[in-house]
Amino acid sequence: MSRLVTKLVGYEMKNPVIAASGTYGYGEDYKGYYEPDVLGGISSKGLTLNPKQGNEGIRLWETPSGLLNSIGLENPGVKAFAQGSISKMKKINSMLIVNLGGDNLEEYLEGASILNDWDIDLIELNISCPNVKAGGMAFGMQCESAGLITREIKKISRHPVMVKLSPNAPSISDIAISCEENGADAVSLVNTFQGMAIDIRNKRAVFNNVYAGLSGPAIKPIALRMVHQTAKAVSIPVVGLGGISTWQDAVEFIMAGATAIQIGTGNFPNPNLGKEIAEGLEKYCEDNGFKNISEIRGII
Amino acid sequence: MAVIIENKNLGDGMFLMKTDCTKKSTPGQFYMVRGWDRYPLLSRPISIFDWDGMTTSFLYRVVGEGTEILSKMTKGMEVTLHGPYGNGFPDILEDTVTLIGGGIGTAPLYHTAKELRKRDPKKNIKLYLGFENKSDAAKAFEELDAQVIVRCGGYITDHVDYENAGTILTCGPEIMMKTAYERSKPYESKVYVSMEKRMACGVGACLGCTCKTEGGNKRTCKEGPVFEGGEVFFE
Ligand SMILES: Cc1cc2nc3c(=O)[nH]c(=O)nc-3n(C[C@H](O)[C@H](O)[C@H](O)COP(=O)(O)OP(=O)(O)OC[C@H]3O[C@@H](n4cnc5c(N)ncnc54)[C@H](O)[C@@H]3O)c2cc1C
Ligand SMILES: Cc1cc2nc3c(=O)[nH]c(=O)nc-3n(C[C@H](O)[C@H](O)[C@H](O)COP(=O)(O)O)c2cc1C
Ligand code: FES
Repeated sequence: MSRLVTKLVGYEMKNPVIAASGTYGYGEDYKGYYEPDVLGGISSKGLTLNPKQGNEGIRLWETPSGLLNSIGLENPGVKAFAQGSISKMKKINSMLIVNLGGDNLEEYLEGASILNDWDIDLIELNISCPNVKAGGMAFGMQCESAGLITREIKKISRHPVMVKLSPNAPSISDIAISCEENGADAVSLVNTFQGMAIDIRNKRAVFNNVYAGLSGPAIKPIALRMVHQTAKAVSIPVVGLGGISTWQDAVEFIMAGATAIQIGTGNFPNPNLGKEIAEGLEKYCEDNGFKNISEIRGII
Repeated sequence: MAVIIENKNLGDGMFLMKTDCTKKSTPGQFYMVRGWDRYPLLSRPISIFDWDGMTTSFLYRVVGEGTEILSKMTKGMEVTLHGPYGNGFPDILEDTVTLIGGGIGTAPLYHTAKELRKRDPKKNIKLYLGFENKSDAAKAFEELDAQVIVRCGGYITDHVDYENAGTILTCGPEIMMKTAYERSKPYESKVYVSMEKRMACGVGACLGCTCKTEGGNKRTCKEGPVFEGGEVFFE
């Protein structure tokens, strides 16, 4: 499988396939399908300093080839997660990525400082969750705030930091540049696109928060374009995601410049997807005589 | 993959699909079902109507795109079944068990009643089934070795003998399950309810199906869909 070995922020992943935050729990839930160490990396459900109950009302709404979600970062809080789940995730032979969100800078900083006491491989700084009122995405919308939070977290964190970007920003590649300038080790994109749905029978918005985040195959072409633009704009690694549901989709993202890819919504209809993509990429390299998948990275 | 053995129209929008899936399941569990490749995106959660070791069946109502596709499938075609998922109903040790189902919520009660009978030939098993309209769905329950009471129209919860109900297992509209729970309270019956939430993964990974319970948030697909009545109707 050495054809897929991929280096990301100093860590050697066995392959460039990462389970996306919020779609893979804490690594255990798909064990009935395949052992999670088949994956190159696993990003935890988004964590915040304090526990969150998540949003009330409908949380999922299917759209044509897409999924609107309004989970609202339901999580046990960084401390409880660290004590309860890190040792279990650590046993999985896969890059351990902790997705960290927050409502304000202090919360992010405190969360990151707790994580300093734990053995993890990478922080994925979530400044792009559209589903919590006060927070997350607000930081990801402007270069200044994205740069600021990246700089402050980098100052205190002993772990490498990958900033997860919002496609709802006016220019996602400008945000990526700002993160790079402020010390980000990598960026991942995209988080969900803000969308909405209306229940015409009851004449009200489907979601209590009115807006929700769109993911799945419906967003893939736009996500791919954003990854392409961003990979051209920065020199730090770009991790690409958005609608990937086959190994061929993964190849597209890598050709567009992604160092690694994440699979999110695609896990739901196909719980074997992680394994299938890793195998599909391996065979693709073999068939084309590539010694390493990096040979096709950014060729477009 | 499972192959469809039969997909029968029972009238009033309801269908009974029998597949050759032999996988063991417990009553009250469900499968994430898809009868298509890439579109629509998500699989549909459908309860196990029956499992007999050789086949697995589903009783479903056509309400939208996914169930419409299922209803048009015919013998020999393949469906993808992920599961079985969820906890299912517990084994009931009490002598008397009352099962209350409303509409398509009756689906998991067939397998449940059958298993209860298998485990205890002497158990007093009563099924109260409420449907909006007449159809052959009720007939499917007739062969059960249990007392089956069927009502069309009205509220099935009005017909239940709560005083002598024993343990209550219920599945159907939330308001129906809540009524059964409230009305059985004076008799201190144990009540189990099967909750319905929109689901994406079915395995506990997405937190889309969270159910508020007295003991905090639980995942309907994993810690549920069966909960104790008091756990969910606590407010
Ligand atoms: C644990 C569980 C067991 C179920 N068992 C049965 C059963 O045995 N028989 C049966 O007929 N139905 C059952 N349902 C309901 C069934 O899942 C929905 O009717 C079905 O998903 C509708 O799909 P659709 O494409 O036809 O409708 P659409 O309205 O087109 O569906 C759009 C989206 O909304 C979701 N959705 C719509 N209605 C529901 C609903 N009531 N519950 C959950 N998701 C919904 C769909 O899954 C889909 O993602 C069960 C639901 C759950 C959660
Ligand atoms: C149900 C659900 C929950 C999610 N939760 C998080 C989260 O907690 N943190 C985060 O950074 N992204 C979260 N996301 C976004 C995904 O990680 C991913 O960025 C997005 O869905 C696009 O990729 P996809 O189309 O492959 O799903 C969530 C997405 C879904 C569908
Ligand atoms: S459906 Fe995903 S957690 Fe229950």
